[in-house]
Amino acid sequence: MIAEDSVLLRVGLVKVVEMAGFEVVAEAGDAQELLAVVEEHRPDLAVVDVRMPPGFTDEGVRAALSIRRGHPATKVLILSQYVEERYAADLLATNTSGVGYLLKQRVADVEEFIEALRRVAAGGTALDPQVVAQLLVRRASDPVERLTAREREVLALMAEGRSNAGIAAQLVVSESAVAKHINNILAKLDLPKADADHRRVLAVLHFLGVGG
Amino acid sequence: MTVPPRLRRALVRLRRDIAFTAAGLTLHLLPLLLHFWVVMLALGTAFDPDPDTPVVLACTLPLEIVAGWGLTEPQRWRFRALCGVELPRLRFREAKRQFAYHLLIGPLLGLLELLLLALLVAGLAASLVLVWIWLVPAPWRIAHVGYTTTASYVTVLGLAALATVPALAGGLVRLEILVGRAVLGVSRSDELARRVEDLTESRAGAVDAADAERRRIERDLHDGAQQRLVSLALNLGLARATLTDLPPEARQVIDAAHREAKDAIEELNNLVRGLHPAVLDELGLDAALSGLAARAPLPVRLRVDLPPDLPRRTAPAVEAVAYFVVSEALTNVAKHAREATRAEVTVTRLGEILRVVIADDGPGGADPSGGSGLKGLAQRVRSVDGTFRMSSPVGGPTMMSVELPCPM
Repeated sequence: MIAEDSVLLRVGLVKVVEMAGFEVVAEAGDAQELLAVVEEHRPDLAVVDVRMPPGFTDEGVRAALSIRRGHPATKVLILSQYVEERYAADLLATNTSGVGYLLKQRVADVEEFIEALRRVAAGGTALDPQVVAQLLVRRASDPVERLTAREREVLALMAEGRSNAGIAAQLVVSESAVAKHINNILAKLDLPKADADHRRVLAVLHFLGVGG
Repeated sequence: MTVPPRLRRALVRLRRDIAFTAAGLTLHLLPLLLHFWVVMLALGTAFDPDPDTPVVLACTLPLEIVAGWGLTEPQRWRFRALCGVELPRLRFREAKRQFAYHLLIGPLLGLLELLLLALLVAGLAASLVLVWIWLVPAPWRIAHVGYTTTASYVTVLGLAALATVPALAGGLVRLEILVGRAVLGVSRSDELARRVEDLTESRAGAVDAADAERRRIERDLHDGAQQRLVSLALNLGLARATLTDLPPEARQVIDAAHREAKDAIEELNNLVRGLHPAVLDELGLDAALSGLAARAPLPVRLRVDLPPDLPRRTAPAVEAVAYFVVSEALTNVAKHAREATRAEVTVTRLGEILRVVIADDGPGGADPSGGSGLKGLAQRVRSVDGTFRMSSPVGGPTMMSVELPCPM
């Protein structure tokens, strides 16, 4: 299901989402309509724009929060012209699974966007690199300073919600090298070792000050 | 028949001066009549005691007081409407000056006005004496032989008197303006104080209007051009992903267009974000700054220390200026201090002062008077009464410190 007030962009989004193999059950032009449609169709995934009528402020974020509370089965991927770490913190505060928060322009990188869609639909997280950068600015002190540049890259990619394979592909290194980096990072930041991707993301986000 | 322009101007001026004088006469002679009445009553009591007189006398006193204050507004109207001189509103302030004007100086001016108008009327009457004589019955003319000589003298005298009226009227009006301004006007310091008040208010209005305009531009771009660009990039991305069997030249063109579109989005986003980010209105300064710091091309450490127990958020205009300062400063660091390896942004609120400090370890040598960016920065800081300091010795480090007043 897709909620976006710009008709032009909505058409494009539908195309991309269908290309990813999802079926679009409904479209909405504002937050109220979105909530009504979610109530009716119970979709697996809602792609939501942040700024929608009537107020053009953060309606999308608020709608997403109420969807995550009322219908935990519906995952939410939020798109925004500008990402703000404060909204990310709100979104992740209750439940980090099945939440995505990306810059709108990321939809242009079709393959990557589809990958993020699938990750969120599967109950993972997809955070925009910009959000992660903002979170790191806030924590530009303490143990993060002790990481090497490469380790910091890996930490950022982890925070975005990527899997080991995803990180390895992004940095063009082997998965075992990524695993080694991750172990070092977890040790340096005093984080619990976790096998499951998602638990690890949780720990990292928690460390960055967002997520429950 | 055309009137020569000089004569026409003189006539218009004369008409204005006479109207001003006549209006002044009524306003100035009212208190004179009052005084006259009071004096008569007092003299009457002295020479011929009457039991009612003291009571009547007591009633005249409030009338004098009412005149002392109440005549100010009509006088303001007269000065403004009839000769374009703006006197301040005095109401009950400066009672001494108002009473002096209306009860002492006014009557004297009234006498001058009376003389002038009398001269005008007499001049008119005298210069038309032959007409009067022509209107009286013929036997009178026969009885007063030789009247024409006398009448001619009188006519000439009348015309001479009329000829002096414009100059006298002009002089009297100038005198009245002088006296009016001196007595009912404002002192220089009062005027300056009022001017400062007005300017402060209008400047705040201008600052707010500029902020509102920036918000509007941000909103228009967000709803228009930015969505179109994203849609364009998305379609190019779809083309890239789906049209896999194209010749390599065509693929290259699509790739290039896709990249261009994404760069355009990035550029426009940064520009608009520098204008006025929506998050600034919704979540305030602290939230908005992390976006700036994260997008800077060098590592930025951000510390925002706003006491959580503030009664209310900093005024939007001040927040906007603080945001703009950080945005411009980081842009400058990226542009001019390429050797800088790190920057530090600290925002603290201390009592009624919001302090924004931006430091970088670049090569220094920044000149606030030369660079247009820094000049604009200093101007915007001054627009909310802030102070702007900069130290940038050659060899670095550069430090910019801005203090913005936020009245509680």
